[in-house]
Order: sequence, then C-alpha cells, then structure tokens
Amino acid sequence: MNRIDQLFATKKSNILNVYCTAGYPALTSTTEVLAALQNYGADLIEIGMPYSDPLADGPVIQQSSMVALENGMTIATLFEQLKNVRTPSASSDTVEVSVPLILMGYMNPVLQYGLEKFCEDAESVGVDGIILPDLPIYEYESLYRQLFETHNLHFIFLVTPETAEDRIRKIDALSSGFIYAVSSSSTTGNSKPIEGQSAYFEKLQGMQLKNPILVGFGIKDKATFQAACAHTNGAIIGSAYINELKQNSNIDTVTKEFLKKILA
Amino acid sequence: MLMEKEHNFAVNEHGYYGEFGGAFIPEMLYPNVKQLQEQYLQIMGDPAFQLEVDQLLKDYVGRPTPLFFAERLSKRYSTNIYLKREDLCHTGAHKINNTVGQILLAQRLGKTRIIAETGAGQHGVATATVCALKGMECIVYMGEKDIERQAPNVARMKMLGATVVPALSGSKTLKDATNEAIRDWINNPADTHYIIGSVVGPHPYPDMVARFQSIISQEIKQQLLEKTGSELPTHVIACVGGGSNAAGAFYHFLDDESVKLVAVEAAGHGINSGMSAATTQLGTPGILHGSKSLLMQTADGQVIEPHSISAGLDYPGIGPLHAYLYKSGRGIFMSATDEEALHSAFDISKTEGIIPALETAHAFSVLDKMEFDETDVVVICLSGRGDKDLATYMNYL
Repeated sequence: MNRIDQLFATKKSNILNVYCTAGYPALTSTTEVLAALQNYGADLIEIGMPYSDPLADGPVIQQSSMVALENGMTIATLFEQLKNVRTPSASSDTVEVSVPLILMGYMNPVLQYGLEKFCEDAESVGVDGIILPDLPIYEYESLYRQLFETHNLHFIFLVTPETAEDRIRKIDALSSGFIYAVSSSSTTGNSKPIEGQSAYFEKLQGMQLKNPILVGFGIKDKATFQAACAHTNGAIIGSAYINELKQNSNIDTVTKEFLKKILA
Repeated sequence: MLMEKEHNFAVNEHGYYGEFGGAFIPEMLYPNVKQLQEQYLQIMGDPAFQLEVDQLLKDYVGRPTPLFFAERLSKRYSTNIYLKREDLCHTGAHKINNTVGQILLAQRLGKTRIIAETGAGQHGVATATVCALKGMECIVYMGEKDIERQAPNVARMKMLGATVVPALSGSKTLKDATNEAIRDWINNPADTHYIIGSVVGPHPYPDMVARFQSIISQEIKQQLLEKTGSELPTHVIACVGGGSNAAGAFYHFLDDESVKLVAVEAAGHGINSGMSAATTQLGTPGILHGSKSLLMQTADGQVIEPHSISAGLDYPGIGPLHAYLYKSGRGIFMSATDEEALHSAFDISKTEGIIPALETAHAFSVLDKMEFDETDVVVICLSGRGDKDLATYMNYL
C-alpha cells in the first residue's frame, strides 16, 4: 500500500506536509533535512527538484533552487541520495525515513531524465507521489497517467480558488493521494492572507471529494496552519521553512524549533 | 489578418505544431489561458474587431509598410532583393502589429492592467505605446542586463507612462523577464492581460501572435503582385529569436512550397563557442515558458543562458511553429555571429541608407552565404530600425 494512503487511512486531520529543496542548503543536506522533518513531526515531506526557471515559485524557493543547482544537485544525484533512506544499512548513520515522500518539480528536467526512467527510479527509492505543476491534464491523461500508476506513484494535481467546480471534480477523478489546494492564486511565498479564504476551503470541504485535501501557499506559522486545517485534512509549508534554513545552518535545531512552533 | 483557410502548419486543437507547442502551465494560470484559448479566434474573427485593428494599423502604425526594391544590394548579389520596411512602423519595429491586436483583445476580455516582457525593448515600447493609447496600466519586465544595453527604449517606455521592472533572476535577460511576467500574471489573474511579444508561451499565444503578425506576409503578397506580377517570392529571410517577425513574414507562404523560408538565428560568438543563441543548432526538445519546443539546455534539463549581441535574439528557446518548421524541413535555418551582424548593420546603412536594428542585421548576414539566380525574388523582413542600438554601433564608428 502506498505510504500516502496509509497515512490518510490513519490520520484525517492536522496533517503537516513540509517542503524542502533537494541539495539545499548543502548538496549533501537532503537526507539530514528529511530525517529532521520526520523526527520533529512532519507527516509527509515534499522534496523540490531544483529547476533554473521555476515559474510558480516566488523569490525564496527560486533562491534555494539556484543555490541547490550551484551545489550540483540533479535528479540523478537526488535518486542516489534517496537510495537508502527507506532501508539504511546498519553500519551507516543514515536515519530511516518512513513518512511518505513526494517529489515536486517542473516538467523539463523530468522530461530530459526520461519520464519512464524517472518513474522507475522514483518507485525503486521509495517515493510515493509526484507533483509537476506544469504538466497539464491533457498531456497527463494522454501520455503519462499509465506510467505513474504502473509505478505506484500518486499524481497530485493543484486546484485554486479560481478552479471551476466541474474542473475540481475532474481533477479529483484523475488525482490519487491527495489534492493540493493552493490557498490563493499566487506564486509560492506571496499568497493573500489565508484567513480570508475560509469560504473556499468550506466549498472544497462541502464537495465531498474522494481525495483528501491539503492546503498550500501562505502557510507559515501556527495560526495559518490551523486556519487551513479547520476545513481540510492538513497543510503544506514551503517558503517559511526554506527561509528558516537560510537563516541558520544547523538543520536539526532549525527544524526542531520551527516545527515546534507550528505544532505546539 | 486572418487566414481564410487553415494551412498545413496550423496548430491543432491542443495547440500543437507536430510534437511542439501545448500549454504547460500551472493551474493558477489555467482560467486565463483557457479563456484566451476559447475566445481568441472568435474575437479575432469578429468583423468589428478586424475593422478596429485595421484602422489602427493604418492610421496609427502607418501600414501598409513599404516593400522597397533594394537596388544596390540587388546588383551586388545579382538578384532582386526587396526589403519589407517594418522599421517604418510607429515605434520602429514590427512588434506593434501584435500589441495593437492584443490591447484590443484585452479590452474585449475586460482586462484593465497589462503586463509584458521585453528583450531589446521594442516589444516593451510597443506595449507601453498601445497602453498609453488606450489608457491602461502597463508594467514591463526587462532583464537587468538588457536595461543597461537598451537604455533609449527604457526611457521611451517610462515617457509613455509604463513601469519598467528589472528582472534580477537568472541571466537577467529576456528569458528571466518572461519568467517574471508569468509570475506577475499568476499573482494577478483577474484584472491582468499578459501581452507576450513573440510566438512563444502557452497555446494560444504562438498562434495568436503569428496571426497578428501575419499582416506582414499578407502585405508582401499584395505588394509583390503589384511590383513583379507574381505574389510569390523565391525566398523570405527573417531573423529569429522567439520568432515573431519571421512567423509574420512566413505565414502566408507556409503552404507555398516553392517559397524558401529562411530563418536566421543569432550565433553569438559562434555556434560552438558556448556563447550563442542558435536554438535549432544547439537545442533539444524541452519545455520553457509554457510550451514544448526546442530549447538550449543541459543534459539535466536546466536552461542554458544564451548569448547574443542583440538583446532581442538573446533567448534560449524558439517558438514551437519554428521548431516544427525546422524539424519538418519546411524552414531553412541559418545563423549569423555577433561580428557578422555588426558588419551587416554598417554595410546596409551605407548601401541602402537604412540603419537596421542589430536583430534585423542578422538577416542580412546570410546573403553572403547563399546563392541566388538573377530571376530570384528575395524578400528580407527589415523588422526594426537601429536607433536603439546606437550605443553599440558607436563603439565601432
């Protein structure tokens, strides 16, 4: 059973998904960040695959992507780093990561890596879901859906406050794992106050969708996390966490303090 | 402006030219792009809209632009060379053909705020101009590096009332200005229309911009018929960055296989120098700015920062129509280096008394590399004038 399904089968509310950029702050910090996030309470982790032209991202994640690329991060390197996170050997000091892992990125690097190889390698290292915000429904359905399903990877679509109801239903039918509800139409780290979006969250809640809903964009502290969780299954934090990592290089301490404040 | 019949190189319903095109956009842009996809043909086909576009093109832009027989140049190459004088358009380049169309379209869509990206500044100026004309707010994103090298156009945009926002990310050129404009649109979806300046971006932009620019080849046909008795040339030559002037100059000849369509890319310091913008020579299939096309990129799929002396050609991609023309063999793709383009700019100035834009100068550089018959009819799209490039040209006087 896919780890995302296992999670939602046992936990229905206040689910915390945290985004980190692979290879940030240092090339080798990816697994350390994953271990810290798991230790201090993240229920899922979204790993960003850095891209030179991240259209949907604001300055914070753009900057972390640029640093990660300068550090030498690639999809191949990421899969190499993730190779043993599910089953570390007894002799290594790698911590076992058991929470669901989701890869988030843009189509172009994945296309160059090769979609089929990407899905194979993602499955083999224990990835559970994929988010590619610039892969449209038409191409997903006609070209790639089968591939993701064959490799037991949930494909997670985004919806926004502007997404029409019939399209939300279509996205719900195509999605598996969960639906990523963008809190307001914006790039990451630049959303409108989440407190004003409760009507939208209530609408989603009332639609009785088959997939759980996690809210992303604009979740940065306890108050925004709780506002998002009031009507949905949980929320996703990205820019706010990357900002913390930027300020302080001690990954374990930063992660501990940051998540403590959110979950307190 | 509009094709009466669909030609062989038209987009399909999903926005593809062969394997290239599509609309690879995040969900946040979906409502806006969908609205455009559903309405652009209908709006452009409305006779009242066409009349309004035609009137502005005539009375404001100054169309039709002349098709000039370049006598001395023709003599040199022992053939017949005609120059399509897009440099004589209001604001100094072909870019305004598209912005006139899109501003009227934006009005029909009820939008009140306009954003645009610009490289050389010609599209930025053309957008700022039509925004002033229609009293709309205008924000132009421009790479920090381009702001430095195209100072006169920055001043023009400001004088026209536009806000010029520097793009500070990546290579600080056209690619990054486009990223910033798209991010702006994601953050302001309700009131804003994004006027893309080239035949790039998610469907329907490549097709929509090509249709607005197709006035160029429509006029060439009529003018050639008057001057030569045949509406078909043997060659059409145009420079290509994203490819809007080339798309416009080729458009009505796409189905006439006898017409050689020559696209000239910027080779920068040389195709294999690592400092180039010749996308068809250096690119592989990839996705940038919402469409699948040829793209200069690393093996890992990171976009490579291109180089060209001309800001308008300094782009790592190419419109999906051009990628398809290249792949299918319908288009002949050539290139010119920075040095060759500079040489051509000075040569054309002295030979024909026309100072071309640096971008345009690339198109002239391939004349030396081609062979023509005495009876050939060669049309070069003189896409823009060189006033904006004087600072560069002055270094070589």
